[in-house]
Amino acid sequence: MAHDDMSGKDITAVSSAGVSHETAAPGTAVIPSETFENPGFPAHRPRVTDTDPKAEKKAERQVYTFFYLSIVGSIFAIASYMAFPIEDGDTGALRLHTMMLGIGIVLALFGLGFGAVHWSKSLMANHEGIDQRHPVRGSEETRARAVEIFKQANEESGFGRRTLVRNTLLGALVAFPLPAVVLFRGWGPQNENPVEMLEHTMWKKGARLTLDPSGLPIKASDVTLGSAFHVIPEGLNESEHRLEEKAKASVLLMRLDPSKLKESAERTGWSYDGIVAYSKICTHVGCPVALYEQQTHHLLCPCHQSTFDVTEECKVIFGPAKRALPQLPIAVDGEGYLIAQSDFHEPVGPSFWERSSS
Amino acid sequence: MSTVTTPDTAPAPAPTQTSSQRSSTSRFTEAAANYIDERTSISGVVKEFGRKIFPDHWSFMLGEVALYSFVVILLTGTFLTFFFQASMAEVVYNGSYVPLKGVEMSTAMSSTLNISFDVRGGLLIRQIHHWAALTFIAAIGIHMLRIYFTGAFRKPRELNWVIGFILFILALAEGFTGYSLPDDLLSGNGLRIIDGLIKGLPVVGTWISFLLFGGEFPGTDIVGRLYSLHILLLPAILAVMLALHLVFVVVHKHTQWSGPGQTKDNVVGSPILPMFAAKAGGFFFIVFGVIALMGTFFTINPIWNYGPYDPSPVSAGTQPDWYIGFADGALRLMPPGLEFELWNRTWSFNILIPVLLLTGLIVAVLVYPFIEAWVTGDKREHHLLDRPRNAPTRTAIGVAGVLFYAALWGAASSDIIATHFQLSIEGVIHVNQALLILGPIIGYLVTKRVCLALQKKDREIALHGFESGRIVRLPGGEYIEVHQPVDEYERWKLVDYNDYQPLMIRPNAQGKITAVQRFRAGMSRWFFEDRIAPVSPKEIERGGHH
Repeated sequence: MAHDDMSGKDITAVSSAGVSHETAAPGTAVIPSETFENPGFPAHRPRVTDTDPKAEKKAERQVYTFFYLSIVGSIFAIASYMAFPIEDGDTGALRLHTMMLGIGIVLALFGLGFGAVHWSKSLMANHEGIDQRHPVRGSEETRARAVEIFKQANEESGFGRRTLVRNTLLGALVAFPLPAVVLFRGWGPQNENPVEMLEHTMWKKGARLTLDPSGLPIKASDVTLGSAFHVIPEGLNESEHRLEEKAKASVLLMRLDPSKLKESAERTGWSYDGIVAYSKICTHVGCPVALYEQQTHHLLCPCHQSTFDVTEECKVIFGPAKRALPQLPIAVDGEGYLIAQSDFHEPVGPSFWERSSS
Repeated sequence: MSTVTTPDTAPAPAPTQTSSQRSSTSRFTEAAANYIDERTSISGVVKEFGRKIFPDHWSFMLGEVALYSFVVILLTGTFLTFFFQASMAEVVYNGSYVPLKGVEMSTAMSSTLNISFDVRGGLLIRQIHHWAALTFIAAIGIHMLRIYFTGAFRKPRELNWVIGFILFILALAEGFTGYSLPDDLLSGNGLRIIDGLIKGLPVVGTWISFLLFGGEFPGTDIVGRLYSLHILLLPAILAVMLALHLVFVVVHKHTQWSGPGQTKDNVVGSPILPMFAAKAGGFFFIVFGVIALMGTFFTINPIWNYGPYDPSPVSAGTQPDWYIGFADGALRLMPPGLEFELWNRTWSFNILIPVLLLTGLIVAVLVYPFIEAWVTGDKREHHLLDRPRNAPTRTAIGVAGVLFYAALWGAASSDIIATHFQLSIEGVIHVNQALLILGPIIGYLVTKRVCLALQKKDREIALHGFESGRIVRLPGGEYIEVHQPVDEYERWKLVDYNDYQPLMIRPNAQGKITAVQRFRAGMSRWFFEDRIAPVSPKEIERGGHH
């Protein structure tokens, strides 16, 4: 199989001998009337290890040294595993453990890898081997026999003749996986409608605004001009579905100079003395809009850079989001704590198909 | 069988004479080989494949890198499954990492922290696993580019291109599901984005999200479900597809470059035993070693810095793993305001357009081989690779695709670019939007011209040889530079390539020119109108005289 000095003549002889099976249409390819002849293999060039016994010996020594090093690496890794404990919880010790163990393993792997590759490149016989290609399509005889087998199977079974048997079989095969599809309804809880769930949050009339994550209520007087608070509804930390509720009810609370707030007529009374509360869940795909630029009164979503202007009821001024952040109407209770007047007046968070503003 | 008169025991004494000189190891090897062959007929396999030839070129090892990193992923991933608990039940962390002691988190997060801080070697294996995953996807991507730019997807390999494409998608899915398992702040935000993306799909979005998360986001089911996908379903499909991919490599035999002695009818290279086995086997350990080296020295995904998932906080500069970047970038590049309420429903085109855009991009990659085959109408088998310059339009389309991807990918880091280079975020996004459109167009035009220029240069060299730098004054006073002709081996590489011409429109049997034919002719003109034909022997003859 491995020939060495194959001359150009042999190569062309091979390609014209019918192996190529060139009956397929060439399409728009240009088939030149005369072509160059493949010059065949250039003379084989021996490596230094083929001609110089000293170099060969040296390469051999290098190869087994690599393999020795690999064994050393493996032993080093095992020793490091035992010698560098991590149980005292010190991150420095963990770093050392990981490093020493890793160095041992890397040495073991590299020793094996470089040893084997060096062996193959410098010592193993390297004359070019040649395989002949054959067309991928089966021979005419094989193909004819395959057709014959299918025909015979068709006759013996009557698959093509007994059409009702065939069609009902196909129908049954299509129908039988359908129950499996229905089973996937069980991935979500039964008797619950996602649309209803998405339309409400934990906020309700009188619910106190509390700090995220401590849950301590916030007095209006604590909210100084220019400050911003991350807010959750009271009782959220004790809620059974803490994260699910938080994913909808998170709010940002900011106090601006009241003269800077441009409030529409229907929202008068939703803020308190320049204190405004907006949903923190981005109306694009739901990331927390957590970055507040105090000077410009802009809210920036760190995920996709949608930017909202707090002075203009958090309308979108840049980025892929379309809708303004929903506003939470707030007021102050008898003790001076901030409370919600109601739930949000629209669904919070990312858009969904069934969502409607009316 | 009944005609055999010699008893079966007869062969035994014959070899003993020679085997007395042999060592006991060789006798053992012989006996073992005999034992196995009599039960498996494995000698046939060795005969068939033992000296199978693999051609040699550096670009052929990219697929190997992908294969070997997948093996590393399987090995390290199996180790991790022994410790990881895919549950979202809330626990109070009480492991070795002091800053998070007493923090409420999911069991998934807490067991991942235990792997990192309380299992010896756990952090190393976790990091090797993550680095191997990144290497896997990167290697697949570059391998695909190699296949594309050298035309290795042509008949008979179109179906293997499709299988490879499925492998790429599976690798992305494996990456994303694995990334989400630790249930840390960063991966939770990734899931939040996926949730928002799904919800934005018309008609089905809300319900798909509801079912996937087992109720409202984030729920308590998603990690367990992704875990099933990550360690069972996806790897099983991946392994089957991978096996099929390799079977086809054997059936088709590997492609090779055209060269002296290398024709479309042969494969020139080294045999599996011993050369290729030693080289490829050694290369596996080198790939493993490089990945282990990264796992040893470079921290990756330090979830202890991020903390457990909570829907409220997020850190500035959140980044997905690099291979998801192009999808995230597509979301970022959408111009504002593309959402409407119509018939009491919300139409989120700011979600739908990027989703369709990405789908279009990957479907284009999937079907390209079939389109090119249709345009050329070439039904021959192609086993010799194209040099990219010799298929100028294909190469230019590829470069355009790469630049389109790059613009999306770069956009995923728009905030990092903005803060790093002190630019405005708006400016970075707008530049990226422009690059998304203009980059591919300019890249296409430039690449095509560069390819044609390189082809012209090849022609020039084949015809007149290299410029030798030697200036000679002729008797008449004229100065010329002497050109050194190339030898036949060099010349062969320059002249042996496929050449197509544009399709001529011809009426069919009914005397009509169909719209499909017009379209195909148009496509063909687009592909092959600008062409540089290979040098013919006649031209050389003529060229030698002038």
